Amino acid sequence: MSTVPPEVADPVPGSGAPHLPPQPDLVQLLTPEGQRVEDPTYSIDLGADELRGLYRDLVLVRRWDVEATALQRQGELGLWASLLGQEAAQVGAGHALRPDDMAFPTYREHGVAWVRGVDPLHVMSLFRGVDNGGWDAAATGFNLYTIVIGAQTLHATGYAMGVQRDGAESAVLAFLGDGATSQGEVNEAMIWASSFQAPVVFFCQNNQYAISAPIERQSRVPLFQRASGFGFPGVRVDGNDVLAVLAVTRAALAAAREGQGPTFIEAFTYRMGAHTTSDDPTRYRLADELEEWKLRDPIARLKVHLAHEGLADAAFFAEVDAEGDELAARIRSGTTSMEPPPAVSMFDAVYAEQTAPLAAQRAEFEAYQQSFEGAGH
Amino acid sequence: MATETLTMGKALNLGLRRAMEDDAKVVLLGEDIGRLGGVFRITDGLQKDFGEARVVDTPLAEAGIVGTAVGLAMRGYRAVCEIQFDGFVFPAVNQIITQVAKISARTQGRQHMPVVIRIPFGGGIGAVEHHSESPEAYFAHTPGLKVVAVSNPVDAYWGIQQAIASPDPVVFLEPKRRYWEKAEVDLDATPEPLFGSRVVRGGDDVTVLAYGPMVKTALQAAEAAAEEGRSLEVIDLRTLAPLDLDPVVESVRRTGRCVVVHEAPVSLGLGAEIAARVTETCFHSLEAPVLRVGGWDVPYPPARIEEEYLPDLDRVLDAVDRAMGF
Repeated sequence: MSTVPPEVADPVPGSGAPHLPPQPDLVQLLTPEGQRVEDPTYSIDLGADELRGLYRDLVLVRRWDVEATALQRQGELGLWASLLGQEAAQVGAGHALRPDDMAFPTYREHGVAWVRGVDPLHVMSLFRGVDNGGWDAAATGFNLYTIVIGAQTLHATGYAMGVQRDGAESAVLAFLGDGATSQGEVNEAMIWASSFQAPVVFFCQNNQYAISAPIERQSRVPLFQRASGFGFPGVRVDGNDVLAVLAVTRAALAAAREGQGPTFIEAFTYRMGAHTTSDDPTRYRLADELEEWKLRDPIARLKVHLAHEGLADAAFFAEVDAEGDELAARIRSGTTSMEPPPAVSMFDAVYAEQTAPLAAQRAEFEAYQQSFEGAGH
Repeated sequence: MATETLTMGKALNLGLRRAMEDDAKVVLLGEDIGRLGGVFRITDGLQKDFGEARVVDTPLAEAGIVGTAVGLAMRGYRAVCEIQFDGFVFPAVNQIITQVAKISARTQGRQHMPVVIRIPFGGGIGAVEHHSESPEAYFAHTPGLKVVAVSNPVDAYWGIQQAIASPDPVVFLEPKRRYWEKAEVDLDATPEPLFGSRVVRGGDDVTVLAYGPMVKTALQAAEAAAEEGRSLEVIDLRTLAPLDLDPVVESVRRTGRCVVVHEAPVSLGLGAEIAARVTETCFHSLEAPVLRVGGWDVPYPPARIEEEYLPDLDRVLDAVDRAMGF
């Protein structure tokens, strides 16, 4: 058998490197084995109730996520973007926010939505195709999902410029993924945030893949090192360590509120599931890698820590699991009974002040619909 | 009564000033708009009087200008973006189309998007590539945006204030070659509604529609036609989205003939939509097909030959002749 000689040389060989957490520069407060460790810069001191609360959130958002994936498979959702494996990054970041802070998510931040008090059904309605997100962004301090990659980082930066002009001591948390760091708009956002010292923190969940493209295709340097080129600090945190994420994000938001400008946080994590329910990750990544990351599970390590330190007992864990099942049941029944809005509503919020041509088109559509109703009965 | 003779540029400057005085939430964003006062000096003196927090010299990043305007709007501000030239709006088009235009609908009306995007547009100033374009159809085609094109200092003065006060996003097109045209502006008048067309010259034979820079051209054509005994009615469309065709329909039902003029390429331009609408609403009154006069379907040509690209008085009159020939 002859091999076909390559006609085009691979300009960047070596992009098949394993995507495992490199230990240098990684902020970690809870090891994958559940052991508390200290970091020279970041610390956290949480009581038992707070630790149990974090565990509860991690379990509940995973339970929600599992139920949502099942609902998609059963045809009840058009799509689901799973957060599996990224629970600690999201729950930790969400808990770092104060009520008056504002978060700008991508489309995968279900864990942050949960912590901000967004009803999961208001997220499910988006993926069911009933609306584009049913929650109130201003009331929850959690903007609607933005699907265009990276566009929300500019909104976050502009919002932070508004916070500055209000003289308010609030901060803004802009979520993005590793793929988004290649977007021009994200680079513009970081330039603006730096130039105006806007109180915004860029929280990048590096889950190693942008659909199929590995991180090496986005960056030849560790992402957190990019920040220095923009003129603000970059931190790499173990994204599967909820304590470290919380500590690092809290510190960055506090600095932003105090007028010290932006920080870039790279939460080093792994997308355990597919990009979305439409994706098939077996085509582009190895099972070995997944197995390696299973050993770094964000929930298991906190559970070990709680149990080992005597901070929670079997009854507590069972109680949380039961609560998860109740939540899943509520999400399931709420989702499957969700009706689409009347079609004519598509005309109603295009503008704050409706235009005459669109009002006429709306009337035309209604008359067209009624012509069937009249004929059918 | 305060009436002043103003150029369009100065009228815009005064309109912006008044909008900033009326509402402390108005913030201007743009490249070189502060210390320099803008490359066309439209924002001259505003940073000096309102400060750097409200007249922001931005990084050189158009997506950044519009994207941060969105965030400012979410925080309760009314951002007015200056895009330095028409051809430089394209890096911002992602933000304009995927975000600015859709956020009201996305949020079911919970979040309005009071963002104004000012764009000096059109040719005729002898500029290099990307400085003479007419991108209005892209925006008028996008649901969620409102698009206006002013033609004179009075509309410029009031229109910019009305656009800023609007709860909806407005792409505000300023015909850069008319920045130096003068008119009397009554600063205390009650302005006409922003989203309305207007008959600017009455006539009986042919209805000529124009907006922005071509209104002056259409009026010149009407003058010339009158010398030959032909009576043209000229309508300044003023608003491109929504289109206000009521005055147009009324006029075409009388004249039976309609010519649409714009600088943008003819194919799939505003004229195509207007021709379709006029045909639907005035079919039985039409004596001739609706004719379009515009730029050729080519990239905007080098300045030394732009006069052959741009519609002028003769090309408008040629179309009028053809309409009369049916």
